[in-house]
Amino acid sequence: MSLPIAPKPTLRRFHEARWDEPIIFELDTPGERGVLPSRPEPDLGTGAEALPDELRRTTSPALPEIGQMRVLKHFLRLSQETLGADLNVDVGQGTCTMKYSPKVNDALIRTGRLTDLHPLQDEASVQGILEIIWRTERMLAEIAGMERVSLQTSGGSAAIWTNISMIRAYHEAAGEGDRRDEVITTIFSHPSNAATAKAAGYRVITLYPDADGYPDIEAFKKALSPRTAALMITNPEDTGICNRRIAEFVDLAHSVGALAAYDQANANGILGITRAKDAGFDACHFNLHKTFSTPHGGGGPGSGANGVSEKLAPFLPGPVVERDGDRFYLDGERPLSIGKVAPFYGVVPNIVRAYAWMRSLGAEGLREAAELAVLNNNYLMKRILEIPGASAPYATGRRRIEQVRYSWRALYEETGITSEEIGVRAGDFGVHYWTSHHPFVVPQPFTLEPTESYSKAELDEYADVMAHVAAEARETPDVVRTAPHNQTIHHIHHDDLDDPERWAPSWRAYRRKYFADGDG
Amino acid sequence: MAEPFVHPYLPNSAPAVKAAMLAATGAGTVDDFYVDVPDDLRVDGLLDLPAALPIEQDLVAHVTGILERNRPVATGRSFLGAGTYRHFVPAVVDEVIGRSEFLTAYAGEPYEDHGRFQALFEYQSLMAELLNMDVVNVPTYDGYQAAATALSMAGRMTGRRRIVIASDVFPDKISRVRDFVEPALELVFVPTVNGTADLAAVIEQLDDDTAALWIETPGFTGTLETSLPGLAEAAHRSGAILVAGTDPIALGAITPPADQGADIVHGDIQSLGLHQWFGGAHGGFIAVHDDPRFVMELPSRLFGLASTDVDGEYGFGDVAYERTSFAVREEGKEWVGTAAALWGVAAAVYLALMGPRGMAEIGETILARTDYAMRALTSIDGIDVTDTAPHFREFAIDLERTGPTAAQVIESLRAEGIEPGVEIGTHRLLVCVTELNTRSDIDFFVTRLAALGEGVGS
Repeated sequence: MSLPIAPKPTLRRFHEARWDEPIIFELDTPGERGVLPSRPEPDLGTGAEALPDELRRTTSPALPEIGQMRVLKHFLRLSQETLGADLNVDVGQGTCTMKYSPKVNDALIRTGRLTDLHPLQDEASVQGILEIIWRTERMLAEIAGMERVSLQTSGGSAAIWTNISMIRAYHEAAGEGDRRDEVITTIFSHPSNAATAKAAGYRVITLYPDADGYPDIEAFKKALSPRTAALMITNPEDTGICNRRIAEFVDLAHSVGALAAYDQANANGILGITRAKDAGFDACHFNLHKTFSTPHGGGGPGSGANGVSEKLAPFLPGPVVERDGDRFYLDGERPLSIGKVAPFYGVVPNIVRAYAWMRSLGAEGLREAAELAVLNNNYLMKRILEIPGASAPYATGRRRIEQVRYSWRALYEETGITSEEIGVRAGDFGVHYWTSHHPFVVPQPFTLEPTESYSKAELDEYADVMAHVAAEARETPDVVRTAPHNQTIHHIHHDDLDDPERWAPSWRAYRRKYFADGDG
Repeated sequence: MAEPFVHPYLPNSAPAVKAAMLAATGAGTVDDFYVDVPDDLRVDGLLDLPAALPIEQDLVAHVTGILERNRPVATGRSFLGAGTYRHFVPAVVDEVIGRSEFLTAYAGEPYEDHGRFQALFEYQSLMAELLNMDVVNVPTYDGYQAAATALSMAGRMTGRRRIVIASDVFPDKISRVRDFVEPALELVFVPTVNGTADLAAVIEQLDDDTAALWIETPGFTGTLETSLPGLAEAAHRSGAILVAGTDPIALGAITPPADQGADIVHGDIQSLGLHQWFGGAHGGFIAVHDDPRFVMELPSRLFGLASTDVDGEYGFGDVAYERTSFAVREEGKEWVGTAAALWGVAAAVYLALMGPRGMAEIGETILARTDYAMRALTSIDGIDVTDTAPHFREFAIDLERTGPTAAQVIESLRAEGIEPGVEIGTHRLLVCVTELNTRSDIDFFVTRLAALGEGVGS
């Protein structure tokens, strides 16, 4: 063969790294050291003599002993066996807004002027970070239209919790805490709305969609009563459908004395378009790790932002950052505050990243990002709905905001191939795909959310993968069923994961249950 | 004519691409996509935000300029703790958690994200060895949440309402726990004696409505609980669960609470390879024995080993997924969401580097330097440690007999580049000593503090 080189095929000939790396305990080589900690000066003793005998650990923890480079290599190999958003067209994790996390923001935070700050050191020596927290809060307050914002929570679900906790405190302060014991949510709102409300002691009422896919307003009216503490709702919902009557829902909640909390974990399609305040909400929250670009960290740390109206501002967790001329300070003297929701002041690395992202874009850029997220979504929807067997249930023919919950129902009925199997096979082409939150109200669901970050060419690539796998489901279903083929490992057997006698949630549990040398 | 708005983060802001995509969707303008947003809810014009900084160089100059106003305390000259701790972070830890793949991954399947599942399984497994317990969750938000969840688990398991608290606990942690467990659980505080549990008074409080006995070791002022076996026995006699909070960095040198009867052990992993980050880098662990009564109450993800179609190949999956709110919404245990997975990977790398000897040594170093600092500080006339219990990393000193208040001491020593500790009373300072404070750092602190006393006295 000689030049010129033949053109590339339509689909990427992907193969994920396969290092076949052992579990770290199998790298144990007695005597090796990975790092040497500081030791006490000679005349200080070993420290252990300061302890009573029963507090001295007598059996060493069975951690492995491994030289430094081998530890590094082990974890770098595991990193290569992980498909981050930086590497794939990560539009398959709908509801989670897998957008670009700009590298400059990672570079900006890699400084001792952030990493080496203690939360209780002299306020005068932390003016920079206090200013960034203050500015970030103000920018988010403008985006939500809310009175105040708190950045204290460490994730979206924790932020939802904080909203319900403030609502609970509000009703208690009004003497209605005992009477209001119900929270209403919708099935296409994130499951954490239901779960946090339940954890806060509320009975949860879940609304299902009407025939057009909108939350059923008649059912909502019936569910409302003097017992209602709050409406907790996502909009646009996980279907990508925008609830045209959202202000009416909020008004109805208010009419019985309930408050309304807006899950804006995913606000990516509506930045600069519409605001929580305009629909009358009392509380909302953003996820900085979704809409505001901070990386997802393989499942955290995230960062939540709670926005509240004047009514709820006194209940915000503390302390809050205040400004006095050029000086920023922390105010913890707030008698109605629900108190601490996390240590100190929030997930600082992510707050700085989110600030830098917003500053890079500005007002015009944020709206452009939202509009492109929506354009990308509607473009991808067109491409996906051209694939035989795919559909977008509810609100047929209508536009969607930033994501769509699709269904492979027709393909499944024709081929028996499930959405989950399609997802595993899609990974063979180097893209991530997720079904949807449970329960599967939409049959054989999948939720795509392209965000503003992926080019048209990348969206085409993703649609081509979907079309190819759908065709395989008809023509060579065994290829789909026996996937993965080009990923790090092969088909996993799940049977042992739910049986307490057989599950292995740690290496020591595995060794104990299956090998004679284990503890036991 | 104004240039079209094209931003490096927005590939499809390129005018020709945008036009082609609009045409493909059959939309005239992007406004067509927002027909379901009523006009009266639309933002009129642009939001009122500071000017954009789309040129990367300008953004760097702006943000760096603000951060210049931060002034970290010189290593060794800070004696601050109280929830966020100063420990050395090996370079390999930052290298691994800075990798694009781990940093930007999220919820991939156990095939394409095999490495993430393995790293977190290894985190669970390494922590399990340190704690001497079989089951450790994928990290929750922070140690405060871990405490709140551990106590809630005990409440759900026993169907009882009372939490008896036998240690001095950080006030902020209590605030968080209270917010989370009320109204389901009632907190009952038993005052400590000499910084540790008052066994007889605790036993008085244990009854058939007690869900958990909560011990913190080290406690608020760094005291190590010396009567844990007796407390555990008493708790178990009354049918309560012994919930113990600890810091894993101590456990290479100190007996793990599970060995003394703790049923649920929890705490924060910030000490294990995470920088201070102004208090913004915490992760919580909850550990239990491999008993389904306990395991089924954990709200967090829990990754387990699984076989694959290929011999010798490791696979992973979720253990008992049906516990979680992801599976069954409000019927799940509390909730699960984005929490602190990357910090779990950091802790895994840290523990793998340290090994058994490293963990024993760091525990001993901190014990030795803490002990030295206590002796050196109390050699100053008029300064006392508030109790005689054994301490790890932190202790409180009483300055009353020296004259100045804690706030005055802090202010004076800050002027000399020292952060002497956290004010926890008019005359009380909470002092924290880690491996980053060498003997000469401690001597410098003691000398300056002594000089302060002389200055006041003269």
